Amino acid sequence: MNWFIYEFPKWLKKNLFNTPVNSVVSLFIISLGLKASMYILDWTFLSAVFTGDASTCRESTGFCYPFIKEKFPFIIYGFYPRELIWRPTLAMILLLSSFFYVKEPKRWNKYSLWILSSGFFLFFFLMRGGLFLEVVTNDKWGGLPLTLMLSSIGIIFSYPFGIMLALARRGNLKILKTLSITYIEMIRGVPLISILFMSSVMFPLFLPEGITIDKLLRAQVAIILFVSAYMAEVIRGGLESIDKGQYEASNSLGLSYFQTMRFIIIPQAIRVVIPPTVNTAIGMFKDTSLVLIIALFDLLNTTKSSLKDSDWLGFSVEAYVFVAIIYYVFCYAMSKYANRLEEEFGIKSR
Amino acid sequence: MNKYFQDEKIRAQIFQFLTLFMILGIFGYLFHNTQTNLEKQNIATGFGFLKFEAGFDIGESMIEYWSDDTYKKAIFVGVLNTLKVAIIGNFLAVFFGVLIGLSHLSQNWLLRKISKFYIETIRNIPLLLQLFFWYAVFTENLPGVKEAMELLPNIFLNNRGLYFPIPVDTKSFSFIFIALVISIIGFFFLEKVRVKKEILEGKSFSFFEKLNYLIFLLPVLTWFILGSPSEINYPSLSGFNFSGGYRFSPEFSALVLGLVIYTSAFNAEITRAGISSIDKGQWEAASALGISKSDSLKIIILPQALRVMLPPLTSQILNLTKNSSLAVAIGYPDFVSITNTTMNQTGQAIECVFIIMVIYLSLSILTSFVMNQFAKRFQIVER
Repeated sequence: MNWFIYEFPKWLKKNLFNTPVNSVVSLFIISLGLKASMYILDWTFLSAVFTGDASTCRESTGFCYPFIKEKFPFIIYGFYPRELIWRPTLAMILLLSSFFYVKEPKRWNKYSLWILSSGFFLFFFLMRGGLFLEVVTNDKWGGLPLTLMLSSIGIIFSYPFGIMLALARRGNLKILKTLSITYIEMIRGVPLISILFMSSVMFPLFLPEGITIDKLLRAQVAIILFVSAYMAEVIRGGLESIDKGQYEASNSLGLSYFQTMRFIIIPQAIRVVIPPTVNTAIGMFKDTSLVLIIALFDLLNTTKSSLKDSDWLGFSVEAYVFVAIIYYVFCYAMSKYANRLEEEFGIKSR
Repeated sequence: MNKYFQDEKIRAQIFQFLTLFMILGIFGYLFHNTQTNLEKQNIATGFGFLKFEAGFDIGESMIEYWSDDTYKKAIFVGVLNTLKVAIIGNFLAVFFGVLIGLSHLSQNWLLRKISKFYIETIRNIPLLLQLFFWYAVFTENLPGVKEAMELLPNIFLNNRGLYFPIPVDTKSFSFIFIALVISIIGFFFLEKVRVKKEILEGKSFSFFEKLNYLIFLLPVLTWFILGSPSEINYPSLSGFNFSGGYRFSPEFSALVLGLVIYTSAFNAEITRAGISSIDKGQWEAASALGISKSDSLKIIILPQALRVMLPPLTSQILNLTKNSSLAVAIGYPDFVSITNTTMNQTGQAIECVFIIMVIYLSLSILTSFVMNQFAKRFQIVER
């Protein structure tokens, strides 16, 4: 209370009303903010519809919760058979908890790779079925599990390619260097959409007759090819941050090129590049939404299709806000993680 | 023989050639498959199809286009549409980005928090989702033609697009616009000459500083010479639709709005990081010399910060240009969308992907070139 009487006015004076211009700006923002928060409160709560159907929603101007409730399973799981929904749910929980376990720097050792791979293995086993579980083919996969799969597989598989490209770009071998630079700059120069188009029309042409690969795998390959180029640049930044003395020291110890890279340079570089990698992962997670253009049912496409239901027309704002919150939660968590890593590593390096 | 394997250099060369042969082998295999597949589908390779009749309509075009025009012209229309989005979008995104970045560093606590909230929210939501959102707002939530909102006098917004007045005599106004651009460039040139002279002779030419503004009479003069056209075409409601004025379609407006909102959040973060990277001593030194805060930002901090900001800003400008290809999802006929239609109609996948790559790569090279020219002005001059 004392604080409120003595300190708060001082704080106000210092932070909001220190100059005439600032006072005007503050008053303007306060009035605008009040209006906006009143509107949001009204929209999400006061005049929102909590129970009922489409017709009750249409009568009101507020947020339509029944729409979200009705479409929730479709938005999250796509066309996955309704009675088997526990499988994608469990699959996502397992995959996310394996990420959650591995994310701590103190747990980075050879076991973490095992945990990650078993996370992926269980994910695919639960999604696809087999053995004692009913098989669900991947044209029925959709929604959040698909988005998670496309982005996490994309990031993890692009890592080795990225390392190879980065090493080739920094090496002394002229031909490999040229090839790597051409690849990286070409992929980074064109939009992801064009690569996805390419994957959907050109991959079938590349394959010998009679062999087809399904749409999901084509998109996944396109994403990996795309991210590798970006990852290569991130890793190159990490390699360049390693002191030249490290190369010289390992050379004078008689280590070969591969030994130098495997035991000395890459382990150090990876530590430097993990935070920017997480930023690339955020970009990747957002960019997987582009697969809707080649008609895969990722989280955004299931949302968009849920709007086509003739009983529930006209609730696009609700649907988009709902799915934006899901994307936001994931991206925000990842960016906080990247910030934390940057701070931790920054302190250690001093 | 064994001796050669001991030599690291030779080993590396052998490794390089093995990799090269492997890559060539894979390419050859894919090429062979493609050849046989194309033959089977009776698709002729080459760019001959560009001369054929396109046969599809394009929703909006800056030049005259009919569905019996060639594919080449259709793709050109698309390139113009992409450029329209990219140029308008980038100017707005950089402008708002710098503004929001500056307010992130303002002394005002509220302004700071709001900018931070904006940056963090917008950056964490996929662009495509934002585009769908704005497109839905434009087509579903905006009032119809009859109840159009009048944002500013004579600027109308309804679910058919954004209408604003344009001068009737567009031809002479484009001349005036060119004159304006020339005078802006000329003004900066004259200022540079003046500053150089001031430094050389150690005197101040404040008289010239005012005189230099006279160059802005050039567009006014052009206006008089062209017979002072003043008629303006106002949009107005007639019957069931607006006539007159210029219209931005809902697709175009949603696309530009989404791109500007998304990219300006990134530009704001770049601005913030750039300005915070400048040593605090620079601010203190400026204030010790009695320079006001806004002046020291303008003449001391920003020129230094720009040096840090320009490379990431260039990549954001390129990102906006690349992201404009998401237009295909909301039905704006940009270059990628038209090339995709061409690809589906003719089956010339390889040629179309090649065209997309060539056009985007030339756009990136052009942008980098322009930005590099700009960056040269702010480089540190080593003594």
